[in-house]
Amino acid sequence: MIAEAGLAALWLAAGLALLQLFLAFGPAAVRSGTAPVRSVAIVQGALTLLAMLMLMWTFARTDLSVLLVADNSHSAKPWLYKVAGAWGNHEGSMLLWVTILGIAGAALAVFSRRLEERTLTAALGAQGALALGFFAFLLLSSNPFARLDPPAFEGRGLNPLLQDPGLVFHPPTLYLGYVGLSVAFSLAVGALISGRVDSALAKAMRPWVLGAWIMLTLGITAGSYWAYYELGWGGWWFWDPVENASLMPWLAATALLHSVNVLAARNSLRAWTMMLAMVAFSMSMVGTFLVRSGILTSVHAFAVDPKRGTFLLALLALYVGAAFLLFAFRSGKLSEGPPFELVSREAALIGNNLLLTVILGVVFVGTLYPLFVEAVTGTKLSVGAPYFNAVAGPLALILALLVGVGPLLSWRRDSGERLKRLAIPALIGLTAFAIALFALPSPGILPKIGLGVAAMLAVAAFLPLAGRKLRRTPLSTWGMVVAHFGVAVAIAGMAASTLTTVEVLTAARPGDQIEVGPWLIEFESVTPVAGSNWTALEAELRASRGGGDTILKPQARFYTDPPTQTTEAAIETVL
Amino acid sequence: MIAKPKHQRLVLILVALAAVFAAVLLAMWGLRDRAAYFYTPAEIASGKAAVGKPVRLGGMVEKGSIQHLADGVTTRFTVGDGKAEVSVVYRGILPDLFREGSGAIAEGQVTSDGAFVADNILAKHDERYMPPELGNQADEHKTAATVER
Repeated sequence: MIAEAGLAALWLAAGLALLQLFLAFGPAAVRSGTAPVRSVAIVQGALTLLAMLMLMWTFARTDLSVLLVADNSHSAKPWLYKVAGAWGNHEGSMLLWVTILGIAGAALAVFSRRLEERTLTAALGAQGALALGFFAFLLLSSNPFARLDPPAFEGRGLNPLLQDPGLVFHPPTLYLGYVGLSVAFSLAVGALISGRVDSALAKAMRPWVLGAWIMLTLGITAGSYWAYYELGWGGWWFWDPVENASLMPWLAATALLHSVNVLAARNSLRAWTMMLAMVAFSMSMVGTFLVRSGILTSVHAFAVDPKRGTFLLALLALYVGAAFLLFAFRSGKLSEGPPFELVSREAALIGNNLLLTVILGVVFVGTLYPLFVEAVTGTKLSVGAPYFNAVAGPLALILALLVGVGPLLSWRRDSGERLKRLAIPALIGLTAFAIALFALPSPGILPKIGLGVAAMLAVAAFLPLAGRKLRRTPLSTWGMVVAHFGVAVAIAGMAASTLTTVEVLTAARPGDQIEVGPWLIEFESVTPVAGSNWTALEAELRASRGGGDTILKPQARFYTDPPTQTTEAAIETVL
Repeated sequence: MIAKPKHQRLVLILVALAAVFAAVLLAMWGLRDRAAYFYTPAEIASGKAAVGKPVRLGGMVEKGSIQHLADGVTTRFTVGDGKAEVSVVYRGILPDLFREGSGAIAEGQVTSDGAFVADNILAKHDERYMPPELGNQADEHKTAATVER
């Protein structure tokens, strides 16, 4: 019954999405105001959430008469992975995507009431149109609630690589980011239709962009950390197409986050901001297509039917095509914003946007090139770290330098007087670069420049606070300072992990001692251990550096359902 | 000097177009010698891959071909596609799902004596999953795996 209830909720929600579209763009749209379309959006969101909860319930109970549960779950699995396993497969993961789309639409209806009426109605209509396509995708080609008759005796189990706390956090946060951008997309569509692209719209759009950007950043970080301890041996970013699929919306959202501020504060960059809002969610859809169509080789590519890829591609073409057609027809009607000089905060933010756009273009081309070449010539090739690091790396460092400069400039025009404050950070950056250049033997100039830029930015990020009363500084300024300091920390981490990694590859038996840099590792013993659905051989390693020591316990795990062997790395984090 | 809004908009459009153009040019330049081509064992055996260039080799790990060398961390195995076989040497940690009779992709380069030195090995991620790159040649194995269930 639960599965049928979930399916019914999905069909109802799909019907409501159609109604939402009709109410927004149909003949009665202008007369009836926003109330009807808003209520429909809220109910539609609630129904999709209900469907998602139903699916999670069938997984929690391991209802083996549901095909998806029988294929992807197992009664002996820890309960956390039973519930989170609801989105550890193609259908469930798409349902989560649609659920967040529905909730985002409902939240837009609840929280953006004060937005100009025509804009809000059209935005909710656009949100309904998006939902409708993805409901169709779920119901026609990826039904998560399909029954299995007769029920399976036992489930096939979840891929053990996914049986990890990472599964609980990574997909939902990433999707909140991906799909949260749909609101920016819909608001841009709404504003282009109503012709009211102004700072009021930007102020309504900004919290959505900021929220989505935060979630996207968290989701990418969670995924990267998961890969760090589960898949790779010390790697945290592999320029895998699936990682790029999440990086592309992030780059676009970062650009949008900055340009929407220009629109809110100065009423400039109107057409450009609308364009970015559309590009950002289009990149989310491109990412979804890349990951869910099964054309990529990846951990994320669950066993997938190729027909689904065509469906997703059609949806992508429809939405992106329609949005850009709208943009082409309507953006010319937008009036120009107030002008500004070459040295001004607007100009610096345009620099930020252009650099991010170029990086986005470079990542986009590098990610899709192999697919394009294979489709056209049949030649198979892969584009990896050497390309992305060499081409996107320097651009990112130039951008990071600009991060130190931009916040010191004032709107409209600036004498450049405050830029003199950058002298000290610049000196610190140059010193750090010089030390890295001479003290670190490893080749490669880029990470050493990276260390210098990070050192400079770590100080420069705080300059906007200089000469201000800290208590009266608005929270948004603090947010900017912390975020920009975060960029410095991230670059420092990337550069340091490239430059200072020490790796020893060896075979050892209990009683052996291994020296790794300043560390002495003693291999003490190997013992068998067991968990609820696995058994393992666990090694005990005593790691010491100078004083105290720590015990590391890596495992070779054997899961029974499905029969798989995994390696659990032992990681000790020290300063 | 503050420009007229109309002129400023024109300049911005031109700058944006230039940025997109620059991105494409940069990408083309970067891709020219940094894309790694994918080869089957037959193509490697016939000398299609240039010696010393980073390439990918994909195929099935031949039954009984995996040897662990005395240092404990170097592995030697053969990758085949039914038409040809290529000997691969890899120093490093093998993926958990790497096994004989199963698909694998080796990233590395061809040496002058026709062997393949890998610096990374990718294996399929689970029993149901087969890298599309191994596509047709692996169909028999895929069916076999399904029947076992």
